[in-house]
Amino acid sequence: MSEKRRERAEVLYNKEIAARIYSMWVRTEEIARLAAPGQFVSLYCANASRLLPRPISICEIDAKERRLRLVYRIAGKGTEEFSKLLPGESLEIAGPLGNGFPKKAGASFLIGGGIGIPPMLELAKQLEGERQIVLGFRDETFLTEDFLAYGPVSIATEDGSAGIKGNVLDAIGGYGLRAERIYACGPLPMLRALKAYAAENGMECYVSLEERMACGIGACLGCVCHAKETDGHTNVKNKRICKEGPVFEAGEVEF
Amino acid sequence: MNLTVNIAGVSLKNPVMTASGTFGSGEEFSEFVDLNRLGAVVTKGVANVPWEGNPTPRVAEVYGGMLNAIGLQNPGIEVFVKRDIPFLKQFDTRIVVNVCGKSVEDYCEVAERLSEEPVDLLEMNISCPNVKEGGIAFGQSAKSVERITKEVKRYAVQPVIMKLSPNVTDIAEMARAAEAGGADAVSLINTLTGMKIDIKKRTFALANKTGGLSGPAVHPVAVRMVYEAAHAVKVPVIGMGGIMDAEGAIEMMLAGASAVSVGTANFRNFGITEEIVEGIRTYLFEQGISDVKELIGAVR
Repeated sequence: MSEKRRERAEVLYNKEIAARIYSMWVRTEEIARLAAPGQFVSLYCANASRLLPRPISICEIDAKERRLRLVYRIAGKGTEEFSKLLPGESLEIAGPLGNGFPKKAGASFLIGGGIGIPPMLELAKQLEGERQIVLGFRDETFLTEDFLAYGPVSIATEDGSAGIKGNVLDAIGGYGLRAERIYACGPLPMLRALKAYAAENGMECYVSLEERMACGIGACLGCVCHAKETDGHTNVKNKRICKEGPVFEAGEVEF
Repeated sequence: MNLTVNIAGVSLKNPVMTASGTFGSGEEFSEFVDLNRLGAVVTKGVANVPWEGNPTPRVAEVYGGMLNAIGLQNPGIEVFVKRDIPFLKQFDTRIVVNVCGKSVEDYCEVAERLSEEPVDLLEMNISCPNVKEGGIAFGQSAKSVERITKEVKRYAVQPVIMKLSPNVTDIAEMARAAEAGGADAVSLINTLTGMKIDIKKRTFALANKTGGLSGPAVHPVAVRMVYEAAHAVKVPVIGMGGIMDAEGAIEMMLAGASAVSVGTANFRNFGITEEIVEGIRTYLFEQGISDVKELIGAVR
């Protein structure tokens, strides 16, 4: 069982880096020390009418300074509340939650789409071996400079305003990129396409899934996905995204 | 100071239990909560065979509450008996197993299977709004409440709590029906059927369209129904519905509950059950009350 903590974290930085997308650094007692790439945290709203925590992926881990970077999009009133937090203020946070990416040697694609991009950054930092970073956006890009420090970055935008016009697979094809493994986080259509692409090319493929959550720790069974085989814990063909996931080998889940 | 309460001959060290479905079988929460400090752990509903539950999204937040339509996903009684009961036996707390089914026979089968197990109480979920067969179908007419209670009582060794639905015209009538069927206690409320629409996607927020509303939004409804049920029956009433803190728990007891269950609040604060135990202790001290049982039904 991976260790988790619930803490009150101090906000160190919280700025909009693209339209409705914020980059927040928080100081934690222990969560940063325990965290691994691909895991997430639950952020709790101060407004008690918003009961449920918001699951947010971990973008960067600074274990030494006990800091976490969380890059999130304003998707509703809860994330809007977080966007208004000022440095020096604090919020309730639980984590690290979920399993994270398995770190494997050899050439890897790190592929992020939209708000699925942030968790790929810490993976890019910690992964050893060759990598191709492929980022897909609708229009406005973000975090691309941060990724450049950790490997070659290819960009696709739906409107063609940066990189190749199209999606991440168009970028892979257009730039003639190759690797033996895929790590990916992003919208379901992208993950489905990558699962198919990996299967056709005999590649390993790890995807990070998301779902509406309540507890975030595996108790409520709110956030399940369909599994290919009967899951050891649930004893049905469902896996808990917050516990067995959010990262799955693409072949073990149906989405 | 005495915090112990008694439910159908089973003594709880304090009146605070977990509400079924919000706490699994305690394993996940045990990283954050000392289960030894709870009056009882009420497990997520378990059926005779594994259930896959509903499609996702299964949960949605609403103002002051949440909707869920998990659909009683559970691993089935055999896995539960081998894994979850031994886990809970490590702790000094009472074990209440919540039972669900699609037919009267299903409930009876699980009750019978648990007869030799180290379980303290059974809670029959005849009030889940999120499954097509079973669940609430048994809980919405007095006749069927009485009938299923009678049947289950023929097979159950442990005392039986019937968990009642608030989605009825007259909760007192349902409580009386359970008592007439031989229930040893009743618990209420299960969730209120609700709906949320996502106006951006112009679709239902839940794949099941409807879901059960829980959280502080339902608390006053729950207090009223606990009050009505407690005045309708002699068996103990277990109160639940939107308890977020010790104040909510004490309200329930003053309305007539002998014990309380805390559910949705666990999602906001993993340690809330322990905090409520301490909050009740503080309240009793401040009020100069030596026995928590003095609170039960004190507001008439």
